[in-house]
Amino acid sequence: MILDGKCPTGPIETSWDRHRFESKLVNPSNKRKFKILCVGTGLAGGAAAASLGELGYNVHAFCYQDSARRAHSIAAQGGINAAKNYPNDGDSIYRLFYDTIKGGDFRAREADVWRLSQVSNNIIDQCVAQGVPFARDYAGYLDNRSFGGAQVSRTFFARGQTGQQLLLGAYSALSRQVKAGTVTLHERREMLDLVVVDGVARGITCRNMVTGAIESHWGDAVILATGGYVNVFYLSTNAMGCSVTAAWKAARKGAYMANPCYTQIHPTCIPQHGEHQSKLTLMSESLRNDGRCWVPKKVEDCERPPGQIAEEDRDYYLERKYPSFGNLAPRDIASRAAKEQCDDERGVGPGKRGVYLDFADSIKRLGEDTIRERYGNLFEMYEKITAENGYKQPMRIYPAPHYAMGGLWVDYNCMSNVPGLFVLGEANFSVHGANRLGASALMQGLADGYFVIPYTIAGYLATVKPGAVKDDHAEFKKSAEEVKANIDKLLSINGTKTPSEYHRELGKVMWEDVGMARSKESLEHALKRIPEIREEFWSNVKVVGSNDQFNQELENAGRLADFFEFAEILTKDALNREESCGGHFRTEHQTEDGEAMRNDEDFCYVAAWEFKGTGVEPELHKEPLKFENVKLAVRSYK
Amino acid sequence: MKLKLHVWRQNGPNDKGRMEVYDAPDVSPDQSFLEMLDDVNLVLARQGKDVIAFDHDCREGICGMCSQVINGVPHGGQERTTVCQLHMREFKDGDEIFIEPWKARAFPVIKDLVVDRGGLEKIMQAGGYTSCHTGGVADGNALPIGKDIADYSMDAAECIGCGACVAACPNSSAMLYTSAKVAQLAVLPQGKVEAHRRVMAMTEAATEHGFGNCSNHYECQASCPKGIDVKFIAKLNREYMKALIP
Ligand SMILES: Cc1cc2nc3c(=O)[nH]c(=O)nc-3n(C[C@H](O)[C@H](O)[C@H](O)COP(=O)(O)OP(=O)(O)OC[C@H]3O[C@@H](n4cnc5c(N)ncnc54)[C@H](O)[C@@H]3O)c2cc1C
Ligand code: SF4
Ligand code: FES
Repeated sequence: MILDGKCPTGPIETSWDRHRFESKLVNPSNKRKFKILCVGTGLAGGAAAASLGELGYNVHAFCYQDSARRAHSIAAQGGINAAKNYPNDGDSIYRLFYDTIKGGDFRAREADVWRLSQVSNNIIDQCVAQGVPFARDYAGYLDNRSFGGAQVSRTFFARGQTGQQLLLGAYSALSRQVKAGTVTLHERREMLDLVVVDGVARGITCRNMVTGAIESHWGDAVILATGGYVNVFYLSTNAMGCSVTAAWKAARKGAYMANPCYTQIHPTCIPQHGEHQSKLTLMSESLRNDGRCWVPKKVEDCERPPGQIAEEDRDYYLERKYPSFGNLAPRDIASRAAKEQCDDERGVGPGKRGVYLDFADSIKRLGEDTIRERYGNLFEMYEKITAENGYKQPMRIYPAPHYAMGGLWVDYNCMSNVPGLFVLGEANFSVHGANRLGASALMQGLADGYFVIPYTIAGYLATVKPGAVKDDHAEFKKSAEEVKANIDKLLSINGTKTPSEYHRELGKVMWEDVGMARSKESLEHALKRIPEIREEFWSNVKVVGSNDQFNQELENAGRLADFFEFAEILTKDALNREESCGGHFRTEHQTEDGEAMRNDEDFCYVAAWEFKGTGVEPELHKEPLKFENVKLAVRSYK
Repeated sequence: MKLKLHVWRQNGPNDKGRMEVYDAPDVSPDQSFLEMLDDVNLVLARQGKDVIAFDHDCREGICGMCSQVINGVPHGGQERTTVCQLHMREFKDGDEIFIEPWKARAFPVIKDLVVDRGGLEKIMQAGGYTSCHTGGVADGNALPIGKDIADYSMDAAECIGCGACVAACPNSSAMLYTSAKVAQLAVLPQGKVEAHRRVMAMTEAATEHGFGNCSNHYECQASCPKGIDVKFIAKLNREYMKALIP
């Protein structure tokens, strides 16, 4: 089937304004009659729930943590983009739009990206009004820094804790609506199913993680803002609880999963130290503003302390390969370059999987105090984890799975192909194409939540009768029974290996075969291994504890079960996409000097996969991408 | 290294709870404290025994989810460090470690080391915000804010809402947590407008939800993983006085 993104036609500059005008509205006095479920309270979900509450809808918000403020958006460090052009350095909505399309390697929809760029400026204003303490200069005006993939300074930040401050802003707006009675919060709830009645999303089934109770919630619309899925690689920069579960349950109920193979491997993470590691820690890529990446030129130098390696024996490989962007090359490029150096035996540190990020020159130029002011908390974090002082010796970094560009397919209104199901933030696929630029995810989450969904959801709600289907409908009962049966099954297998052991195993396959570089051979190998491990999991997993109380082993087992099914679709998507673009690198498709080679003739489309059953071939639906405002070009950062 | 752990086990809110002893026979100094517990749990799970429940999520010291009292000190006593960022190189071979949940009237135990911190939410909901509506606000640069003020506000805003300050306080006071939000907003032009109403509502909510008063022990600051300064409590008190005098 050919999918239609329902993008407005005509001049792009006015597309969002025209669309807003043409969308239907819900009468103010009717709004409270509509119940909206919002799963997720990160930047996207938190902002959406708060804004919809302000408008007067009856909103119910859900998260798996004990507080809405703890969603993983909290961990974002570096910053948020906006086209304010405060530094007067040539930025504009058009440039942010262009950079995002190009950064995404021409695999995103123009109209969606235009809207994102347009509302980016409103986000900053909104956050300032909420009291978000953005960094300021001595005159009292907002400060900016530059970020990978851009030649202008358009990134706003709050020390190294931008995500935290933005999320606390959204959380405060949400708290205000709780007090006002328009939003009801359901913490420590995990959504375990989407309830679909006659093809329309009507509610969710979730587990109360404290009591184990299986609850049914009905809503006139369901919003998923449940974050990304890169924990499919086991080790990643995501929080331990991040999962694909909510999105995957929706996929099992008919929502299409778009471009799952577009995963981002972030270049500046602390390298792995051992087998028992539970996660990888990101250090903001803003570090690349002042840090220089290098490895020794000679293999025999790799074991020597970095201070003893002479300047002429160092290979500043990003500056060498990409003279105009240098250390600020986009993430996919920087990550692959690091991997190349290590594959070439010139890596450093344990297992030789690491490259140096060196601040010596910047410290010489700006002084240690300036560097501390800019990145103090990152240096502190680095030292806590590695016991090394980044001011005195270069840091060691290595790429790690970080972000999911792919996600549930949505149209221009952020509605999935299942009517009534909306998807926001990292959980959808919409704006980043095959690669996301730094500081653009926070922008997307807040754009979707504050400025897009309040308009587009009205267009849908205006066409439905409030409360038409409630939780007394048979589908709710059926869904709850399926969820219970799945839990009982997991608890009853009583095998020999724990969920975390299986997760590690899956992660290993995904990292090695479907990680930074993919080939037909590696992907086919993964497609053989994933079902094998999945089948073993379902016959040999050991989940201790019971369902009727707090049980983290059970939570993990359930999430992993979904990762298994999802991993297969991700790998199939990677196999289908016979080209290299952005974060998706197929070794068969590269230029002579190792750059990604797109195939616009055959693959200039969004791949949206329809789940047809476990172990059954999924069906591919295509949404062709049209570029009318930017010219399809080979992406170059040289 | 080899460690002996004494861990609080409590099978639900109504269980009495007790300390139990576990061996951690093969701990690497590079592991984080939670990774060490993961290993202990792996052994328990393989034996079919119930694992030690503990809250955690980001494991980067920012979400505020992790919450354990280690050797009597919330977060384990390393300066500016959450449990998840505590590394085993801070311990030595043969150490005995005592691990307990946050202990405070306002934080009932859910299971083992997991507690219910819902009271902290109520304080925020009472007034921890500026009442601005989405859209229709001024340009971000319309109001210059001195760098010193922005920095002060940011210092306060670093609070991760973990509740260690409450757990450390002999009175189970949430004053440091509350003051961080009050101070962050009170110094900003955007927050000043509602400063009086905010400080009254938030302190009232703290009392209503079982948090005690501040009697200047300053244990809160000592255990705060973000180094939130007690000067913000002084600021809260000043704001409170200002609100009393119309
Ligand atoms: C370490 C790190 C640093 C980053 N730095 C930056 C940066 O500097 N700039 C930038 O732009 N981006 C950055 N990003 C990316 C960005 O932070 C995320 O993409 C973005 O915050 C995601 O927001 P979200 O609202 O979509 O999802 P999240 O914030 O992940 O929220 C997901 C929500 O869904 C809930 N949830 C999930 N599953 C379920 C379920 N089954 N049932 C109930 N609830 C569920 C969770 O409880 C949570 O509330 C960073 C990411 C990481 C990991
Ligand atoms: S003030 Fe410190 S200890 Fe208290 S909740 Fe905030 S971060 Fe935690
Ligand atoms: S797990 Fe997030 S702060 Fe410790």
